[in-house]
Amino acid sequence: MQDAAIQAEGLRKSYGNVEALVGIDLEAPAGTILGLLGPNGAGKTTAVRILTTLLPPDGGAARVAGLDVVRDAARLRARIGLAGQYAAVDENLTGRENLEMVGRLYHMGRAASRERADELLERFDLTDAGQRLVRTYSGGMRRRLDLSAALVARPPVLFLDEPTTGLDPRSRIGLWETIEDRVAAGTTVLLTTQYLDEADRLADRIAVIDHGRVIAEGTSDELKERVGGERLEVTLDDPRHAEIAISALAPMVDDRPTCDGTNLHLPIRRGRGAIAEAVRRLDTAGVGIDDIAVHRPTLDDVFLALTGHTAEEAAEDGRPPDAEPREERAAA
Amino acid sequence: MSALAYALSDTMVLAKRSLLRIPRAPDLLLSFTVQPIMFVLLFVYVFGGAIDTPGYEDYTDFLMPGIVAQTMSFGGFVTALGLAEDLKKGLIDRFRSLPMSRSAVLAGRTLADVATNTISLAIMIAVGLIVGFRFSSSPFEVVAGIGLMLLFGYAFSWVFAYFGLTASSGESAQAIGFIVIFPITFISSAFVPVDSMPSWLQAIAENNPFTTVVDAMRALWVGAPAGNDIWGAVLWSLGLTAVFAPLSVARYRRAVSA
Repeated sequence: MQDAAIQAEGLRKSYGNVEALVGIDLEAPAGTILGLLGPNGAGKTTAVRILTTLLPPDGGAARVAGLDVVRDAARLRARIGLAGQYAAVDENLTGRENLEMVGRLYHMGRAASRERADELLERFDLTDAGQRLVRTYSGGMRRRLDLSAALVARPPVLFLDEPTTGLDPRSRIGLWETIEDRVAAGTTVLLTTQYLDEADRLADRIAVIDHGRVIAEGTSDELKERVGGERLEVTLDDPRHAEIAISALAPMVDDRPTCDGTNLHLPIRRGRGAIAEAVRRLDTAGVGIDDIAVHRPTLDDVFLALTGHTAEEAAEDGRPPDAEPREERAAA
Repeated sequence: MSALAYALSDTMVLAKRSLLRIPRAPDLLLSFTVQPIMFVLLFVYVFGGAIDTPGYEDYTDFLMPGIVAQTMSFGGFVTALGLAEDLKKGLIDRFRSLPMSRSAVLAGRTLADVATNTISLAIMIAVGLIVGFRFSSSPFEVVAGIGLMLLFGYAFSWVFAYFGLTASSGESAQAIGFIVIFPITFISSAFVPVDSMPSWLQAIAENNPFTTVVDAMRALWVGAPAGNDIWGAVLWSLGLTAVFAPLSVARYRRAVSA
């Protein structure tokens, strides 16, 4: 079996008294997307910085594309691409000048850099904008250019730090499709996000990070299983029918149903066809309903179950967005 | 290619990037062109009549070497400003994740400063000649003076590189540069004869390395007695570079965008 493209063991990092990473393990097989999911300040960006050789870890070890992030840092840089949440492109250059510069700095040579820049501008729908200064670009265009810059050298491993934060829904979906294209072509991606739907849609495996720890790891389905399966939610038109409804639905129910007023919550074994069957059973029993739905657990539920707070709450009551402290920018 | 050839090529790519930006940011362009003109004119016509400079034909001859040296010492502010912005916008993260030379971002910026300093220098000399400044030395000495100024300006670009990587923003990098460097250039022989100052200040001014540089320029351009000032000025420039270049590169190697 091929080595994992990204493999980290016990990574630790502190800034002064703040422990940004308290020993995390990560693994992404080649050609897959690993999602790092967590609120702001959870340690996602620190993990990306260690894996992209920007920060040395205080402890633990990591290999990316088979190379040690500390010992082989110089060689590793030729094999990774990084796109960050700040859209790190030069505003005073044109889109094409930005890509050509990155190509030259990957040591691709003048002609090859130019050719690759044109190719990427076309693929990312920036051909017309390529001659314009980046400071005239919209947020979505900058992100596309930033992602193209990360792809210039066709790196086998790609790190995307919150690539869609602040983007409008259409641009997000466009970026998702691009990322899926790269993975289909064999690239390994580590993606950090605070959006549960993004991790759900893109990631083959998800590591949920909170306060510098991986608190859960698995596929989206595995994580959802940890908070239980699907639930049938029935709203009765008359609360007095609750007992009759519960006994009518008993054969479908997997676990103890709960009831508050007119609302029934029934854990069920299988969601498929459940609504039709439930409606038939309730109809036969003469119970009228206002509403009926199958609720599938979301990663939000997962996060709530794992941490006791939702992802958004954690972001709001936690540290400010750039909570990883300022001193790190040029740490002594 | 060898590592050195890559380092040179990376440096040139990044110097080009810094230079491309200048015509696109009009405020920067003004600071290289109009600001030096303004300084020469203000000093010559506002202070010139009030400042007595025995031994010099007129104040313009006394002033030009000093004001040129002062302008060169501030030329590196673009490096400080640019690096602070690169840090803020995440570009330093990108550069540090690329397989490029660890010194190229700084070497590229400081090299671009040499180009902009050359422009400022040419403009100042032209304006100086228009308002009455005359070289009274050999062409070789005039050229040596220009070379010394570019070397001196380059040294200060590395000082500013360090400020840019240390400060929290472009504005504060500029403010630090201004607060540290401005007094050093004024408490010197640049604008007034040192013996017109109070005696306690004279002691500082006479031992100020900036005075050494200005006196070296007077020797090279208007034939003032040189003493050891020329070698002193060269040594100071090389010394500043030797200290601040490694300090800045070490800082860069650990710098992470906010």
